[in-house]
Amino acid sequence: MIEAPSPSPTSTSGQLAQASAPQGTPASSPAPVSGPPPQASAQGAPGLRVRHLLGIEELSPEEIVLILDTAEAMKEVGSRTVKKVPALRGRTVVNLFFEPSTRTRTSFEIAEKRLSADTLSIAVATSSVTKGETLVDTALNLEAMSPDMIVMRHASSGAAHLLSQICRARIINAGDGMHEHPTQALLDAFTIRRHKQRIAGLKVAIIGDLLHSRVFRSNVHLLRKLGADVWVSAPRTLIPPGIERLGVTATTRVEDAIADADVVMMLRIQMERMQGHFFPSLREYFTLYGLTKERLALARPDAIVMHPGPMNRGVEIASDVADGPASVILEQVSNGVAVRMAVLYLLAGGLD
Amino acid sequence: MPLVIDALRMSRTLARIAHEIVERNRGVEDLAFVGIRTRGVPLAQRLAATVNEIAGAEVPVGILDITLYRDDLMRHTVGPQPLVRLTDIPFSIDDRRIILVDDVLFTGRTIRSALDALIDFGRPRTIQLAVMVDRGHRELPIKADYVGKNLPTSRREIVNVRLQEIDGIDEVTLEEPSHD
Repeated sequence: MIEAPSPSPTSTSGQLAQASAPQGTPASSPAPVSGPPPQASAQGAPGLRVRHLLGIEELSPEEIVLILDTAEAMKEVGSRTVKKVPALRGRTVVNLFFEPSTRTRTSFEIAEKRLSADTLSIAVATSSVTKGETLVDTALNLEAMSPDMIVMRHASSGAAHLLSQICRARIINAGDGMHEHPTQALLDAFTIRRHKQRIAGLKVAIIGDLLHSRVFRSNVHLLRKLGADVWVSAPRTLIPPGIERLGVTATTRVEDAIADADVVMMLRIQMERMQGHFFPSLREYFTLYGLTKERLALARPDAIVMHPGPMNRGVEIASDVADGPASVILEQVSNGVAVRMAVLYLLAGGLD
Repeated sequence: MPLVIDALRMSRTLARIAHEIVERNRGVEDLAFVGIRTRGVPLAQRLAATVNEIAGAEVPVGILDITLYRDDLMRHTVGPQPLVRLTDIPFSIDDRRIILVDDVLFTGRTIRSALDALIDFGRPRTIQLAVMVDRGHRELPIKADYVGKNLPTSRREIVNVRLQEIDGIDEVTLEEPSHD
């Protein structure tokens, strides 16, 4: 509020307060550009309940929809000639990456700069020290410089959670071990929604390394919360026990998962970790589980193909599918910036 | 709750402003409307429709959401972030005469934000401001070019502009804040 708090949320007194009033989407707004769905959250009380984005598991469906709706507005900012708004001016965001990452780190940096935040990126070598010690020490040192937000990727599950207990800064989990990668799931959902205008009722097939994948875990939480019908497929060795408890249908027959799917999401086979352990060879994996044109033909004719990257062409996905008309893989990358802008903006509320 | 402007008066007011816009700009060449969310948008669309009728033209209308430009965005320490909604200006504003439209002019801070936002979109030849109600109490050196009604108010009073497209009725009322 600029001065005295606005007396009522419906006030149209001409103060800036009116922009925040949770009013219905005006019936007068012209047809949306390329089919973003109506902003459902405009009706309820907006705002994130969580202080940090540690995982999708902690978010309510309303919070997820709020982030996706906000990302629609952020996407427009990215389409302007001057791709910058002053929303986070004077705020400091630290990108702390304990694992190598090009895509995610760059995406966060661009998102932060488009919101006018001051950003710095620290790539930490994990070699010598015990991970727990390094993390706590690094966090305390960073905390002493009072950043407003910390974006962190770490090889240990729960690292972001630990950081959120040490630091006053808002924490955004950019991937923690095998646990969660929430912004990836949000950008996937955003991409799906732009193509399908909805999430609920869609059949989504997720195929690949279910056991080690944080992308998978975050995506399942999100897609289930928004009512999608999630099928997963992998060799038996890569299906975590008890996976049905997540509310998904698991099968070792990839064709069953893909049949009539609206969305086919391929996961990366992490070759460095898997060679010789979980399946006989990459060639055999491709033969049995790789997404080829023939397999994709089992899905709905308007199905989209997704991959969080980096892709192993010829391992989990054939090149002609990755570059084919159903692929939205590069769209996922550009939508990542808009979604991360939305998360940064929404978490900055009430910073003190 | 005193009624300040009723539906008939509102439509006459908008017609008058549309004529003023055409007169002052000596036509509609390079003209474009930009409505500030929420209620500036239907007002801009109605003004554009009337201007198009008068001049037989197709003046474009854009939608501006100023949330990301608010000067109080990072100053409040509690509460959720205000909702950001889509900005849609589907034309180049370079060298155009932009008529910025809002429902109520009060402190001037919304308009300040809107000017900053517009200038990020390009370099218009002029920006002119049209409002349905000017209620005074400016905190910034901002003045409207077209005013539906000058309405003297106390700071505590609430000016409600209601529009058919959003609220189902065209009216402006002046209310005392409720005591609770």
